[in-house]
Amino acid sequence: MVIKQKAMAGTMESSDCLVYVEPAADLQVEVSSVVMVQFGAAIKKATLDTLAELGIKQGFIKIQDRGALDCVVKARVETAVRRSEKEVQNA
Amino acid sequence: MRRTMLFLPGNTPNIIINADVLGADSVILDLEDAVSPDQKDAARILVRNALKYMNFGSCEIIVRINPLSSGMWKEDLDEIIPLRPSVIMPTKVSASYDVEHIAAYITEVEKRAAIPEGSTQIMPLIETARGVENAFHIAEADKRVCAVFIGCEDLTADLRCVRTKTGTEVFYARSRVVCAARAAGIEAYDTPFTDINDKEGLRKDAEFAKGLGYTGKACISPRQVDIVNEVFSPSDADIEYARLVFKVIAEAKAQGRGAVSLKGKMIDKPIVDRAAFVLEMAKALGKGGADHE
Repeated sequence: MVIKQKAMAGTMESSDCLVYVEPAADLQVEVSSVVMVQFGAAIKKATLDTLAELGIKQGFIKIQDRGALDCVVKARVETAVRRSEKEVQNA
Repeated sequence: MRRTMLFLPGNTPNIIINADVLGADSVILDLEDAVSPDQKDAARILVRNALKYMNFGSCEIIVRINPLSSGMWKEDLDEIIPLRPSVIMPTKVSASYDVEHIAAYITEVEKRAAIPEGSTQIMPLIETARGVENAFHIAEADKRVCAVFIGCEDLTADLRCVRTKTGTEVFYARSRVVCAARAAGIEAYDTPFTDINDKEGLRKDAEFAKGLGYTGKACISPRQVDIVNEVFSPSDADIEYARLVFKVIAEAKAQGRGAVSLKGKMIDKPIVDRAAFVLEMAKALGKGGADHE
């Protein structure tokens, strides 16, 4: 998969996160979280693992976390990436 | 044991993560009405990940998929079936071929995912006039069908009548669906009571459904779970009576008597069957063993 266009997934509700993706020349992941000190590294790892599973090597990914579990972070990242592909196909 | 089935919106992480502590025997992770059309993709992936990574303990997981007419049901099954939910709930099932169609596709996905064929059960949601009239054929359509569930909100829209708390307008449909389920040898689950603030109304509605023969009832709020669980559980008096039934049978057998009576009433097969069911429920609820065995 390739991040072809700007896309978003998730919400700013508690236990969720908002994920924004857009094309970029390299892979950049930016995380902000209400539990950054405790779980910032884990959120970044969950994001990078998901991107690797999807074959993403380039793109800017911004995660605004509101206490999401790993499986929620992974779901929102995957949804945003899939939307970024789909929106181009539908254009 | 499935006294309560609690609906949880499929795209709401803060509710899904608490699914196993809400007291329901089963939760229905909903990909249909509780998810807006532009979030169907997000809900499908979130529910899939919840099934993949979370432990729901003894709480059974049912996933309600989008209707056949939506064009999204196959995508739902592609994502969800490999994670092995106990039950798939197809919506607006109106005829046996709806079930056959879904069952055939589930088999395809099970093969692809290398999981045991036939391990995913189906609980059709009957919520159209046509579905009610075809309830027995739906119940018998495939060996995966473990139960049927009547949904009276969409049904009353289809019947062009007003949904009321007394439920007079759906009395025929409720009766027909439970009778169809029992004739097919499967369970039947009752429609939710939609006023979450009316606890007395909920209790009456649940008692009425139990009286018709329903096994349990769907809930749309965790606040409804305790009342519905209570209504569909055997009371202490029921359990005591069931134990007594088996005690007098054992005593009669020891004395070589064929006919048995208890409190002036003959103990016949239906009474024994009912007592056995009560003791099975009691065992499942931790209220003593099923000592009739």
